[in-house]
Amino acid sequence: MRAQTVQIRGHGDDPIESYLAQPLDGVPTGGVVVIHHMPGYDEATKEITRRFAAHGYLAVCPNLYSREAPGASPDDAAAAARAQGGVPDERLVGDVAGAAAHLRSLGSSNGRIASIGYCSGGRQSFLAACSLELDAAVDCYGAFIVARPPEGMPFRVGPIVDLAPNLSCPLLGLFGAEDQHPAPAEVEELERALTTAGKEFEFHTFDGAGHAFFAPDRPSYRPDAATEGWQRIWAFFGRHLTTH
Amino acid sequence: MCTYQTITLTVQGSGKGPRGWFPVTDATVYFDHPAHAQAEHTLNVDLLNPALGAGARVAVELDPVSARTLAEAILHTLEIVPGGLEGVATPQR
Repeated sequence: MRAQTVQIRGHGDDPIESYLAQPLDGVPTGGVVVIHHMPGYDEATKEITRRFAAHGYLAVCPNLYSREAPGASPDDAAAAARAQGGVPDERLVGDVAGAAAHLRSLGSSNGRIASIGYCSGGRQSFLAACSLELDAAVDCYGAFIVARPPEGMPFRVGPIVDLAPNLSCPLLGLFGAEDQHPAPAEVEELERALTTAGKEFEFHTFDGAGHAFFAPDRPSYRPDAATEGWQRIWAFFGRHLTTH
Repeated sequence: MCTYQTITLTVQGSGKGPRGWFPVTDATVYFDHPAHAQAEHTLNVDLLNPALGAGARVAVELDPVSARTLAEAILHTLEIVPGGLEGVATPQR
């Protein structure tokens, strides 16, 4: 595998620092756009990106805070982006589109692309899959797809469940039964919206897990849920990112 | 969850960051995932000077009890400022 920092073109043709990991065997394969969580383009997210390459996929993680804080450390960049109101939805979609185009341009791409995101990135993965032509999408405990964030906050984030009819690809949802945001009732509402829209989806809610159960560097880590969750991801991508 | 909760305000003073002292002009207060503290959520305060770049930042991540204790200590300290200095300690309106 080779992992490196590259520059891609995002929303508005802006240059976006990104972390690219790719297998070196040259075998045609699918690509994964990794959408980082609100704490930023950090070590943990880069490790996730490498993990996809270790499993044979092309993977790229765009630094969604490139514009606010180019070259800054991830935590400083996250703080700067938060102070400026976070990532607008339209810009996120443009950055994911740019990341997907970059993956498709690689010589070993088979042309199939998925998005995956964690926490705020889970919502953004769903948003991207409802806004772009993708082949698969994974939402890991994304909040505020159904619910509305607290009033009076500067963030430009609102519910997007109404976009369900636009979902362009199968959706895998991985949630914790003890999570409050998204609470199980919100996950059920999203399920109803997808069912009504006739979309293909697969949701798993893990007992004994709350929010961020995939994060091994946080006390919320739940190894049983994370291990099974990764197995679900590999099976899902195996079905939707291969061409044979 | 990522709470998205954020209060922003302007401030006047100085902070000491990784490159030494600098004037602080802005602050954000929020309850959300920490970058370093071993808790799912913490009360976070960033003292910033955006004009100097994203690295001009003094950050703390506190558990909720510590944050309340600190906030009360700050308010109490301001309340017992010796006479004659109130103009400094009283918010300008």
